[in-house]
Amino acid sequence: MANIMYWEAIQRAHDEEMARDPLVICMGEDIGVAGGTYKATKGLYEKYGPLRVIDTPISEGGFTGLGIGASFLGVRPIIEIMSVNFAWLAMDQMFNSAAKVRYMSGGQLTAPCVFRSAGGAAHQLGAQHSARMEKVFMGIAGLRVVTPSNPKQAYGLLKSAIRCDDPVFINEHELMYNMKGEVPDGEYFHPLEGSEIARSGTDVTLFGYNISVHWCLKAAEILDKQYGISAEVVDLYCLSPLDRAGIKASVSKTHRAVIAEEDEAPVGVGSEVIAIINEECFFELDAAPVRVHSAMVPQPYNHTLEKAAIPDHEDVVKAVLKLFGKA
Amino acid sequence: MKLEDKKRVLREMVLHRRFEERCYQAYIERKIGGFLHLYPGQEACCNGVMEAARPGHDYVITGYRDHVHAIKCGADPKEVMAELYGKETGSSKGRGGSMHIFDVSKRFMGGYALVGGPFPLAAGMAKAIQLKGGDEIAICFLGDAANNQGVFHETLNMAALWKLPVLFVCENNLYGIGTAIERSTAIVHQHKRVCAYGIEAAECDGQDVEKVYAAARVAVDHVRHGKGPYFLELMTYRYRGHSMSDSRGYRSREEEEMWKQRDPIFILRDRLIAEGALTMAEFEAIEKETDAYIENEVIKFAEESPEPRVEDLEKYVFADRETQRPWLTGKAA
Repeated sequence: MANIMYWEAIQRAHDEEMARDPLVICMGEDIGVAGGTYKATKGLYEKYGPLRVIDTPISEGGFTGLGIGASFLGVRPIIEIMSVNFAWLAMDQMFNSAAKVRYMSGGQLTAPCVFRSAGGAAHQLGAQHSARMEKVFMGIAGLRVVTPSNPKQAYGLLKSAIRCDDPVFINEHELMYNMKGEVPDGEYFHPLEGSEIARSGTDVTLFGYNISVHWCLKAAEILDKQYGISAEVVDLYCLSPLDRAGIKASVSKTHRAVIAEEDEAPVGVGSEVIAIINEECFFELDAAPVRVHSAMVPQPYNHTLEKAAIPDHEDVVKAVLKLFGKA
Repeated sequence: MKLEDKKRVLREMVLHRRFEERCYQAYIERKIGGFLHLYPGQEACCNGVMEAARPGHDYVITGYRDHVHAIKCGADPKEVMAELYGKETGSSKGRGGSMHIFDVSKRFMGGYALVGGPFPLAAGMAKAIQLKGGDEIAICFLGDAANNQGVFHETLNMAALWKLPVLFVCENNLYGIGTAIERSTAIVHQHKRVCAYGIEAAECDGQDVEKVYAAARVAVDHVRHGKGPYFLELMTYRYRGHSMSDSRGYRSREEEEMWKQRDPIFILRDRLIAEGALTMAEFEAIEKETDAYIENEVIKFAEESPEPRVEDLEKYVFADRETQRPWLTGKAA
């Protein structure tokens, strides 16, 4: 096990897959000569050259479509969209071309491409550079959506996404690229479906994904130490399709659920998880499930306002205490 | 073009015309649903270009007016008609419809319904050809109105920058849905728009298949020999409306008649007759044989084919699970 950073894990997955298969390429803004905004493609340009590590113009719709077209002929492009905010410009191609082409061709054509993008609110980046957009991607038929919460997942999910014949969107987080964690030394493929228990518990399930897994883990620690509440943390690293069986299993054990998301609440992971709980295990519930989420505002620039808009572990703790009638 | 090729192309264009006219009738009879965009008037464009290219070898992509392009690439007209009927035997198994004809075995990479959407896809296929080192080219057929999308410029820039083997064929039929080109576009002659990217471009009469062929020979040779992208504009006209819901109130019948005087099929027919290579009786026989083929084989096949099964509704959303198991479960071999 190597203790490496999130960006290093992503870079390693690129490197291994590009060394294995000459049809694996990567493309995006500043990923080549400049080495990538978050260093996720560092050193690849020097190793694999400009034909396979492509610095694109700032044309998200154009280069995303170009990558998709290349994938029709068996190329496996890893398309980096520098910030998820820019993905709006690429969504026509991602949704109308990549996600639908297998279906509308009756299975003749597929778009085996990987879209990687940095989502999430960083620090004071303002309304047009702080979006969380997982809610949009997870509602599209034909597109797989995963979101790594640690370096091991970042490495293993990218490896699997490159090999998979379906288009996969990988939602990363601007604040997580320097996070360290254990990654297996040998080749590792993280499943593109399912969920995993990040911490086992018995009294309440805290559902998180990507950065909110860390809020949940921190909250679980506080709940255990200060309130004697045993919280289970379920990491929903796969947002589409959501893991119905995993959600049901955990809630059937703990009988209570809190869903923590950095995205805004109306339409999102929280509402979907609650719908699944209703459908799968409603009568197992001892209390109504609760969502912890961002305020429905364009992200403010002001530091205090920004902090007020985005939840954290304290909000998760408060939600759990409320659920137990302790707040 | 050689004489035997001209005679074959005439026969093909008659098939393309009659196929589309039969679609019109089937639509009126409600055998075909959704939107239907027909090609009559523009036949010389697709035929002239594909005669200069290598159907089944070169990769072709287009918009929603796609039936004839598919057939010209080698798709079976029976399967195309079955697709319009929404049948399981259709080229896209009834899941695509008129705007999404595909025959990947013939390298017809599909019809797409977002105006301009195929531009970057075509450039991407060209990128794949460049990486793999083949002698194929990518050919993107779109209308003039697609050039008003942002991806038109984004794609031209990348195609020129990376010298991609892609031929853009602009079938300029003078209307974007129901808006005349001079009311939507600052410049009527579209090839002038690409010079800013340093891309070779030409304009040609799109009604005369031999002229299109000659212009396309130059274009295809340029692209196939590694000289980068090429933009070929063909001036043409669609006789019918944009789609079936269009009553053509935005243009005059006189204008339509003027264009019909330069009908692509009649131009070739009359030339062959003048050369003594065809008689009017032979031409009428071709029409009759074509109609009989469409009725007795194409329509019959579509009519008699089965519907897709409702149990298969979710088939083709994702790749077959068994083949993807290692990546979905993390248990790689």
